Amino acid sequence: MSSFTTYFTSLFKGIKSLLTGMKVTIKEFFTPKVTECYPENRHTTLHVPERFRGELIMIHNEQNEHSCSACGLCQMNCPNGTIKIESEIIETEDGKKKKVLKNYFYDLGSCTFCNVCVMNCPQGAIKFENTFENAVFRREILVKKLNHEGSKMKEKKVAEQKPTNTNKE
Amino acid sequence: MFDFQIVTNWFDELLRGCMPEFWVLTIEFVLVGVILLTLYALIALALIYGERKICAFFQCRLGPNRVGTWGVLQPIADMFKILLKEIISINHIDKVLFYTAPFIVIASSFLAFGALPFGKGMQVLDFNIGIFYILAVSSLGIVGILMAGWASNNKFSMIGAMRSGAQLISYELSAGISLLTVVALAGTMQLCEIVEAQADGWFIFKGHIPAIIAFIIYLIAGHAETNRGPFDLPEAESELTAGYHTEYSGIQFGFFYLSEYLNMFIIAGIATTMFLGGWMPFHISGWDGFNAIMDYIPSVIWFFGKVTLLIFLSLWVRWTFPRLRIDQLLHLEWKYLLPINMVNLVVMAIIVVYGWHF
Repeated sequence: MSSFTTYFTSLFKGIKSLLTGMKVTIKEFFTPKVTECYPENRHTTLHVPERFRGELIMIHNEQNEHSCSACGLCQMNCPNGTIKIESEIIETEDGKKKKVLKNYFYDLGSCTFCNVCVMNCPQGAIKFENTFENAVFRREILVKKLNHEGSKMKEKKVAEQKPTNTNKE
Repeated sequence: MFDFQIVTNWFDELLRGCMPEFWVLTIEFVLVGVILLTLYALIALALIYGERKICAFFQCRLGPNRVGTWGVLQPIADMFKILLKEIISINHIDKVLFYTAPFIVIASSFLAFGALPFGKGMQVLDFNIGIFYILAVSSLGIVGILMAGWASNNKFSMIGAMRSGAQLISYELSAGISLLTVVALAGTMQLCEIVEAQADGWFIFKGHIPAIIAFIIYLIAGHAETNRGPFDLPEAESELTAGYHTEYSGIQFGFFYLSEYLNMFIIAGIATTMFLGGWMPFHISGWDGFNAIMDYIPSVIWFFGKVTLLIFLSLWVRWTFPRLRIDQLLHLEWKYLLPINMVNLVVMAIIVVYGWHF
């Protein structure tokens, strides 16, 4: 007799659990879909996380100034030889010799996005952006010059308080 | 309600007026064949699109949406891809069996497809044993599957085919007995008479409880016969790569694919005809005004609407439940469906004898 009752209870339990499963899926059927329609939504709903490392950039402010002192730490720490810094020695007004950045080359094609360069920069001059549409047709294009044309190094904090001085220099 | 028989009779008389009977019959046979083949292909394309879209929606995706608006041209692109693919010849196979297997599978589903009543007067074959014929030819497909599995010289294919054989033989019983329940209620096996008998209420309402049980059992058994959904262990990809059609490529695989989708349509079509009134509109006896309004909707739309509903149900089930093990599959059939079905048949017989149905 007990096997008789278990036969029917298991049958109805099975049907109930199947119906529960079907309820779950029909709810899923009507929920908003998670698919990203990528090329169409790149300017509307596309969300790339803030910390995603797409490419290395050098931070420039409105006066076209960066804070890279051309120390070369990033170049030395890069495991792939991705960064190449060209610097020159100039003489300042008060007769001191100073090393300034001439060209900051970054090869996106050999970068592994390990973030070691950003962590080692004493000035906080470089950072990773989340721009990810970097595909090009020739690998030469991937070698980028990160310092903008005509940019110069940011003055020390004393100078920063009087921004009018910077243009006179 | 428009009777399509008028069109066919007119065409028949037109032909008979200008040529001998032999040519009349030849032209009619070829025409019917071409129309059915076209319909077969079109329904398969629509089903592939629907399946991919609905499956995507169940998985919280959008599905194909690049080829054409909403991706409607996707199955056509897929069709061209499959037609252009190379048929790879395999060593150490039984060539005759290997190359005839897809044709047997598709022929059996096509034979069953041809006998479905699509609308009022739109039926190619109307035997007095119609439902018996459909059951017989639709289970011929298993021969093709067994041949494919045996001839491929591949243990995955072989296991898949054997599973498919065990599954089909078991579930054919349930499907047959649940349809017998309706035959007992209708008192005939002829499809057009079965549909006509449902003019004042579909069998699922007329036969109340036993008819509903038979309907559910038929849906389960039919679903198992199509080798889909939770019953897709003949081609369980995680265990058997692709089961019986592992070694097939190009259009040969396309045939298996096509017949799988059409079998889904055929099962839904039979269930519609037997339980949901086929092309018969929704009638409530006594409500003449309501019935007259329902009659304005063409019979073809009624048939395809009901079939679409059942196909959606089958896809819903397919994308909900995990795949059964072979012992669970046979357990379900022999311990649950078959005994319930037999009791159900007896109950239906009693109800029909005492006239307790509506």
